[in-house]
Amino acid sequence: MKVALFIPCYIDQFYPNVGIASLQLLEKLGCDVSFPLEQTCCGQPMANSGFASLSKGCDANFVKNFRGFDYIVAPSGSCVLHVKEHLHDDKNPLEAEKIRNSVYELTEFLTDILKVKNINARFPFKVGLHNSCHGQRMLNLSSMSERVLPAFSKPQDLLNMVQDIQLIKPKRNDECCGFGGTFCVFEEAVSVKMGKDRISEHQANDVDYITGVDSSCLMHLEGILNRQGNKIKTIHIAEILNSSL
Amino acid sequence: MTPKHADLAEQFITDEPRTNWHDETLWFVREKRDKAVHGIPEWEDLREWGSQIKNHSLSNLSQYLKEFEEKATANGIQIHWAATGEEHNQIIHKIIQKNNIQRIVKSKSMLTEECHLNDYLEHRGIEVVDSDLGERIVQFRKEAPSHIVLPAIHLKKQDVSETFHEHLNTEKGNNDPQYLTEAARGHLRDKFVESELSITGVNFAIAETGGFVVCTNEGNADMGAHSAAVHIACMGFEKIIPKAEHLAVFLRLLARSATGQPITTFSSHFQKPRDGQEMHIVIVDNGRSTQLGREDFRNSLKCIRCAACFNTCPVYRRSGGHSYHTSTAGPIGSILNPNLDMKANSDLPFASTLCGSCTNVCPVKINIHEQLWKWRQEIVKNGYVDTTKKIGMNGMAVLFSYPAIYRLTGKIGRWVMRVVPFITNNQLNPWYKQREMPKPPKESFRDWYKKNGNSQKN
Repeated sequence: MKVALFIPCYIDQFYPNVGIASLQLLEKLGCDVSFPLEQTCCGQPMANSGFASLSKGCDANFVKNFRGFDYIVAPSGSCVLHVKEHLHDDKNPLEAEKIRNSVYELTEFLTDILKVKNINARFPFKVGLHNSCHGQRMLNLSSMSERVLPAFSKPQDLLNMVQDIQLIKPKRNDECCGFGGTFCVFEEAVSVKMGKDRISEHQANDVDYITGVDSSCLMHLEGILNRQGNKIKTIHIAEILNSSL
Repeated sequence: MTPKHADLAEQFITDEPRTNWHDETLWFVREKRDKAVHGIPEWEDLREWGSQIKNHSLSNLSQYLKEFEEKATANGIQIHWAATGEEHNQIIHKIIQKNNIQRIVKSKSMLTEECHLNDYLEHRGIEVVDSDLGERIVQFRKEAPSHIVLPAIHLKKQDVSETFHEHLNTEKGNNDPQYLTEAARGHLRDKFVESELSITGVNFAIAETGGFVVCTNEGNADMGAHSAAVHIACMGFEKIIPKAEHLAVFLRLLARSATGQPITTFSSHFQKPRDGQEMHIVIVDNGRSTQLGREDFRNSLKCIRCAACFNTCPVYRRSGGHSYHTSTAGPIGSILNPNLDMKANSDLPFASTLCGSCTNVCPVKINIHEQLWKWRQEIVKNGYVDTTKKIGMNGMAVLFSYPAIYRLTGKIGRWVMRVVPFITNNQLNPWYKQREMPKPPKESFRDWYKKNGNSQKN
């Protein structure tokens, strides 16, 4: 199984540990993983700001890097969603289509494709799970409180396989953290208020860590936690699943 | 220039306890909605039916509107057509003048807000009394409703107490809701008894019968319509549904989504004028046909104005309705208002994190978050975007098209953040205002991978 690892730009630059954990985890689970070296970004920052028209070069570069793999896996629901919904390349329309259909968020790849039943990991801490909106509502990684459907959660199923972990849900289980891409700077006040409110619910549960499938949400929460001098830490789910503490 | 959502929201949040209270109050309504819908196993089917009926109606609009006009006229109702908000106001003004009317009550109608009817009539020396309690409160305060179902949700009982003390002469500092409601009740009763003309909205207009339904929880639409000699009902043309039997779907969806009630306390069916009464319906376009013609946005006309998207929206709950500077706030307003004035409302589609909760809570399955995304593209295409943003985005496009430039910029960026952090860590950086910057590592993932990635595999 030839898997390409897609490491979103900000994870590449700021959170290499998330990339390392994703790579090691996939390799442990028997995948033949490559990291295409000339990759940059999925183009979401432009598209969500209304500038989808400017993402042609970025898209073409993405297609050039990720053509020819069975699967493309990324530790970020939001970037995966963007590729799935919006990746186009006029010069290679079929390749782009193939990529759109074979790109997976890490946890859905583990549960749906690899059908992982056991994970050799231990993480003896109290952990609050943050449901990232794009993963949850659009990639369908978990059920949501708005809809009347049976409850499920792919990230939670995986975390339940981790030894000694104590998972605690916040009161409003699936509310947005307020990151929202460029929203976090153009609507700074609301963005931060939303983040503060997410944190206080996790704080009420006395968690050690907040985890999730999107480093972007975690980066935003981490920024507020650090400003508050709060002892709660953020950690990407890949790092927990790859952990052997 | 219209103030922007981001600035108005920032002002609102300055009072953090009030923001928390606003957020919690609306979340309480959202939870009530959850309880009500999760008790109905067929909820998702109902949503699908509601959505399909609306799709069908919008696709056959002219046929159903014609049928409605014929049936209603045969029932003795006078039908008027208004292409714009101005025309809607003129039609109503003429009816008032013709009947030489002085005293008017109006129940909730977001359409009359959209057309600024009260202002229009006031400028011509005619006073309209809003009879919905929340609307009356904001009317006293000369404010706009901040929510389409709960118009005074931004106010606390202390605010209401002060307002009533000023306008209804109630006891100063008496914040007892019972006392305040009774004062309003007495005041509004007088208005109903005196009224000569009643204006109401329309929740559903039924083509098959030529009748219409008005839903309220206070019964104020009925009190107005039943005591006045003239009843004018105002509706946007998208309120049409084909048959009376379809009401079974919408009445179940509406109140549950709005307030968590199984049905509104009053769902009143108006079929024809009673003896001696005049009944008019004003059917309004005001930009709706333009929206109908925009394939990406026509779905927004399915809206039944339940406001579930308001209550669920984490941005709305923390920024308040007035930050949307339009008659219909919230997520649905953010996709309806750019149609009415793209320039003035160019900020609204950006007042969202695109979390998608609105889409999934919507009882008629409007793809709200997708339309927000599409409006952003439309707004940029039409040039209603800040130059600095445009320059930034163009830069980003280059950065991500050329891997070598991306890597070099990343490296320099991380170096700057580590060595001379004050370049990014200052108050000019909106991220840094209330958040620390991420701690930049020495090497990127790619750097690490080049050194370790392959050897690990071997």
